[in-house]
Amino acid sequence: MSDLSKLTIADARDKMRTGELKSTEITNACIDAIDGADALNAYAHKTFDIARDQASAADARIAKGDAPDMCGIPLGIKDLFCTKGVPTQAASNILRDFKPEYESSITTGLWDQGAVMLGKLNMDEFAMGSSNETSTYGPVVSPWRKAGSNMDLTPGGSSGGSAAAVSGDLCLAATGTDTGGSIRQPAAFTGIVGVKPTYGRCSRWGIVAFASSLDQAGPMTKTVRDSAIMLEAMCGHDAKDSTSADLAVPNFEAALTGDIRGKKIGLPKEYRLDGMPDEIETLWSQGAEMLRDAGAEIVDISLPHTKYALPAYYVIAPAEASSNLARYDGVRYGHRAKLQSGDGITEMYERTRAEGFGPEVQRRVMIGAYVLSAGFYDAYYRRAQRVRTLIKQDFEKVFAEGVDAILTPATPSAAFGLGEMVDVDPIKMFLNDVFTVTVNLAGLPGVSVPAGIDKDGLPLGLQLIGRPWEEADMLNSAYTLERAVGFVSKPEKWW
Amino acid sequence: MPTLRRRKHRAQNTDFTKALIGLQSRARSAKWGGTEHEGQNPMSIDKDTARRVAHLARIEVAVSDLETLAGELSNILGFMEQLNEVDVEGVTPMTSVTPMDLPRRKDVVTDGGYPEKILSNAPDAREGFFAVPKVVE
Repeated sequence: MSDLSKLTIADARDKMRTGELKSTEITNACIDAIDGADALNAYAHKTFDIARDQASAADARIAKGDAPDMCGIPLGIKDLFCTKGVPTQAASNILRDFKPEYESSITTGLWDQGAVMLGKLNMDEFAMGSSNETSTYGPVVSPWRKAGSNMDLTPGGSSGGSAAAVSGDLCLAATGTDTGGSIRQPAAFTGIVGVKPTYGRCSRWGIVAFASSLDQAGPMTKTVRDSAIMLEAMCGHDAKDSTSADLAVPNFEAALTGDIRGKKIGLPKEYRLDGMPDEIETLWSQGAEMLRDAGAEIVDISLPHTKYALPAYYVIAPAEASSNLARYDGVRYGHRAKLQSGDGITEMYERTRAEGFGPEVQRRVMIGAYVLSAGFYDAYYRRAQRVRTLIKQDFEKVFAEGVDAILTPATPSAAFGLGEMVDVDPIKMFLNDVFTVTVNLAGLPGVSVPAGIDKDGLPLGLQLIGRPWEEADMLNSAYTLERAVGFVSKPEKWW
Repeated sequence: MPTLRRRKHRAQNTDFTKALIGLQSRARSAKWGGTEHEGQNPMSIDKDTARRVAHLARIEVAVSDLETLAGELSNILGFMEQLNEVDVEGVTPMTSVTPMDLPRRKDVVTDGGYPEKILSNAPDAREGFFAVPKVVE
């Protein structure tokens, strides 16, 4: 097997432009890698015929000389993106055999730029989960293992297939989506870079909706430079998404100067949790030290409503989900339960949804229905929306005081074992999102950067949070941190 | 028959878990403000409420699973109860995370005319329609 699937987007682009490599060669290397990695369960649907056709077309386009950066780059696509004629299930049984008649705006843009689709990536069902264990396809196994252990670990979630595919070199990069941390947490667990852009940067059209006011798509890549390249290809105004921002998209790669002198980076004291492992604490201080050495000014800041972000999120996200998932009724697409004689339409709805949704999705849809129901709407939903305002104001205040970016840990721990959380209270699983969820509630951009290795040899990530629409500046800080850390660890191939 | 997976509540022994469990128990002991449901603690969901919520969500739940479901929902709602500590007096509920007006366009048909595509994924489509069990007598 060749090493071409290990390439970064930037290297592949440069080598294809000089004629040193062809997209077909890189694509075939990825296909071989994927076929040898079924044990990871990262790809739910393989689309190799499409990939080979797209790669040949990309080679022809590159030979003509005016190909975009993403031309010929083989990607994995999260199963949440609708792909025309290709199964799109959101890892749910309720969308079994669903083949969209249309293509999401983001993937349309990627294919127009010549990118290559290797297949659809496993994920948590409807993106609800932090360990990939709620998938109807079964859990993704992380390419990473603890030193001296054979225990299967989670790649994180919900974009766990994306994280495993990128870190295991089963593609050059992947799309992800992030509602409460679903790009940044798996990126941190697998030693890769993941970006959640400002709300409105990337079109949501054609992405299966979870919580529409929080969902954003973003790139999951091997380096910050690759994220800059791929993010630019994913951004842009789309009239089909009424919340899509009509703003110019900067050249994110050009912003990666490594010069952050004079930038003010905030460390929020509320992110210092009681009982947080020392390793995370140390990682965080070292990251701050590296940014200081690069010329940034490190300041302590306060985001006083941080502790209310998770409870607010677990009101708002299920409320929106209960509304969005009302469309799965067994009428227009997806699964329909077999009915017995005498059953009416209510039985059809209720049995279809009971059979089609897994336990976590059922729980969240019911919680959402409850917090929106008459008598409880004000006490839960409206109150959570007010708390959300306060959380956003916390950020606005520190940005108004001149803070350019905020540095935090990405996750409260390294990756845990598959099955380790199964018997635990669901709320403990929610706490994976404790550092990432504020960013979704406030609509801000955030990036997770690999920043170190824990005592067991597992990757740990740091998160940088940027000002709204200033992904370029945020990515430059991330690039500076990445260079200072010099993270080179890769999972040892066992699969 | 669909069943909700039963979950045991087993304490883990890491420091972080202890901190989290502390967080939850603090949430549970917090006082709940008045609601329209007199004399009923809204965070503690009983079997009848669980049945009602399941019906609101149009999800069939076996009677034997209602007790477990009620416990799970109560636990999650208990976690949310922390929100009552926040003073939200005079705070506007967020409706849009970015300060933008919803765009408008001319009220004209811009798409359509392909019923076969619309019906292509339907579990039961007949004569250009979605077919469902009888809904009127």
